[in-house]
Amino acid sequence: MTDSKIRIRLIQVSMFAVIFVAWFIATETESVSNLFLPKLGDVATDFRDLIGSGDAWSPLSVTLFELVVAFFNAVVFGTSIGYLVSRSKFLMRAFEPMFSSMFAVPLIIFYPLALLFFGLGPGSKIAIGSALGFFPVVLNTINGFGHVDAGYMRVARSMGAKGFPMFRRVLLPAALPIILTGYRIGFILCFLSIVGGETIGSFSGLGHQIVYYAESMLTSMMFAYIIFIVIIAYILNSLVFYMERKGNYY
Amino acid sequence: MAIDGENRAAKAPADVASGAAAIIQVPTESWFRTPAATRVGVILLIVLFWEFGARIYNDPDFMAPATQSLVSLFEIVQDVEVLTAIYDMFWQLAVAFAMSLVAGLMLGMAVGISRPTYRTFFPIILMVYAFPQITVLPLLVLMFGIGPAIKVVFGFTHGFFPIIVNVIAGAQNINPALLTAAKSMGASRSQIYRRIVFPHLVPSLFTGMRLGMTATLLGIILAELYATRKGIGYFTSFYAESFEPHNLFALVTMIATAAIILNELLRRAETRFGRWRG
Repeated sequence: MTDSKIRIRLIQVSMFAVIFVAWFIATETESVSNLFLPKLGDVATDFRDLIGSGDAWSPLSVTLFELVVAFFNAVVFGTSIGYLVSRSKFLMRAFEPMFSSMFAVPLIIFYPLALLFFGLGPGSKIAIGSALGFFPVVLNTINGFGHVDAGYMRVARSMGAKGFPMFRRVLLPAALPIILTGYRIGFILCFLSIVGGETIGSFSGLGHQIVYYAESMLTSMMFAYIIFIVIIAYILNSLVFYMERKGNYY
Repeated sequence: MAIDGENRAAKAPADVASGAAAIIQVPTESWFRTPAATRVGVILLIVLFWEFGARIYNDPDFMAPATQSLVSLFEIVQDVEVLTAIYDMFWQLAVAFAMSLVAGLMLGMAVGISRPTYRTFFPIILMVYAFPQITVLPLLVLMFGIGPAIKVVFGFTHGFFPIIVNVIAGAQNINPALLTAAKSMGASRSQIYRRIVFPHLVPSLFTGMRLGMTATLLGIILAELYATRKGIGYFTSFYAESFEPHNLFALVTMIATAAIILNELLRRAETRFGRWRG
């Protein structure tokens, strides 16, 4: 480590230290109500209970189930529609702006509609997660397959490549990095919208758990769940980053 | 999202350029075979599908055809409460967006302008950006109540990050030689900001503004859906729960259209103000 690197790490660490010390002092002296900001010690105890008792696994499995199904839908529809659109310059010019402006709509506004159709169970979260995850996947698939360097295509064609070998050896390797980025963004959006959906209206899942403890005024347990979700989000993030790099290496 | 933003920033000018080139190359293209006409056609198809799907499905508690929703649109905008909700949402959007813009631009310039501050604070900003904010919404509601404050706050925390991340990325892209040259020729700090830093920031700033506007709207709607007693989000939930799908469809379509128009305006501005760099 060079000198400046150490200094940067020091500033970063001390920033977090200041936040935690401020939190500790504010809660221990009761200058902030424990309803808003629980004591650090209480959060730690509750977090240990949460992991130890295994209470978190059932909402976690609900959320992960919704996530897997929604992401699967987003990938299947996004990739196939994106590929079909990318096969023609005309379709690209017609549909790409349409998808990207639809992506700008806060689709969560349709959540009451999803609740109406699919009820409070996992169905409505899967619907909203699939819809939100679809757009990054389809946009990046169009972008990936649609903007393959024309030079590669010409060379491959002049050497007699067409059909599946062309797809396998030229199109796919060229498009893969962009598509994988789309998958990663789509996955994260799926997760966020599913947790969001569970927060707004649900009777199970991690988002619901937070609301439940917030409304019962058990703020320290709520913080324990927030930490739990952040850890899960971090693990999922690292996982998709790892897969993306692995896929690009291939 | 930052990556997505950069992708789209890089793509947008190319898109326009290729579109323009195609129009020049193929002047004989007939009007109904243009991409725009195809788009309109697809949207019409979707509306037709909606119309006839709803009529065939025929369950007035859950589905309403397009025409009926259009009629409801004129009915609900005569409802003073809905009108107030729409009006409130737009001023909350304006306030939250202005706050994110000012804070994002100021802090972004402060962080992005030098290498050490960038390396110190940018990872922290990205880390906080990746945090699923919806998890702290119940906590924020405990703090700010269920009035307009929570919506402005939640809109701000959503809109702030796309803007600051894009501003920092833009500031980092400034060629250091330009700054050195300006300094050696005796430019003052304010001159450097006005003549070099700011013009270079404009393209990525507009990308950030576009993404930030969408995010701010998302934050406000999330807050409204979770807990308010008279916002747009409240009315969408209300119409869904009272089985008035025609009103629900009308309101949702209107908000979606507003979001698309806002995004389109900012995208136009983005290409317009990014043009000076060629």
